[in-house]
Amino acid sequence: MNWGSAAEFFAMGGYGVYVWGSFGVTAACIALEIVLLRARQRAALRALGAASHRH
Amino acid sequence: MTINWFRYSSPASFYPLAGRLIPWFFATAALLTIAGLYISFWLAPTDAQQGEAYRIIFIHVPAAWMSMFIYVVMAMWAGIGLAFNTRLSSMVASSLAPTGALMTFIALWTGSLWGKPMWGTWWVWDARLTSELILLFLYFGFMSLQAAIDDPRRADKAGAVIALVGVVNVPIIYFSVKWWNTLHQGASVSLTKSPTMAKAMLLGMLVMALAFWMYSIAAMLTRLRSVILERERTSDWAKGLKEQQP
Repeated sequence: MNWGSAAEFFAMGGYGVYVWGSFGVTAACIALEIVLLRARQRAALRALGAASHRH
Repeated sequence: MTINWFRYSSPASFYPLAGRLIPWFFATAALLTIAGLYISFWLAPTDAQQGEAYRIIFIHVPAAWMSMFIYVVMAMWAGIGLAFNTRLSSMVASSLAPTGALMTFIALWTGSLWGKPMWGTWWVWDARLTSELILLFLYFGFMSLQAAIDDPRRADKAGAVIALVGVVNVPIIYFSVKWWNTLHQGASVSLTKSPTMAKAMLLGMLVMALAFWMYSIAAMLTRLRSVILERERTSDWAKGLKEQQP
């Protein structure tokens, strides 16, 4: 067991800024990519509808 | 049972296959991430020299591996598309680039946050860091070149040339810590030497690397489906798709 308390866990032995800065930004980047991927797929499907209605 | 793999080299038949595979890759990535984070923070011990700061390794190394690996795979598919004129291969290359760039950014970002407490600086212009930054610019170059050319097949060919030329950079990144003096430490994992780190640390890194790998495949397949739709908009199969799943 590495951590005695939640505060100890978040402090990361004084390196909290660096460790959570790394893990947090990575999580945010991946979340953003997933949002962008979904938006692109929705837009592609919408454009498909527009193309097939135009004739 | 024999599977006709060539059937899936057509965008029309690959599109539904990718749709069925994507949820599995995302689910595997999520499970591996949970396991990887548990090992990274609860099973892996505190490092004797670096304290808790070393835990950045659990995303830094997997992201750096993926940044190089995705580039090689991207160049390979772009090259196949260039040589054999196969549309889907080029689309795979285009779909890999943004995720590769993201992995490169994560490697650089976490490296910087690790460098500050350990080396006392966010950035140095040494061989490892500079060649990884060049990798990021190669991804950007590939993507902006493709975005700048209207005809998709011409964009594929131009992109393939830049991707193939840029492959030279990958061994430079990998061996930079051997070839030049650098602040960066040597390879963390070697196939020829026994591991120098604690078993739980190594395991955490490998599980996280697998998670990144599964995520990258899921993201690539998702983007590939959009690219296929964008390019095949006017084909009959794509139009039929709209009626099936609104």
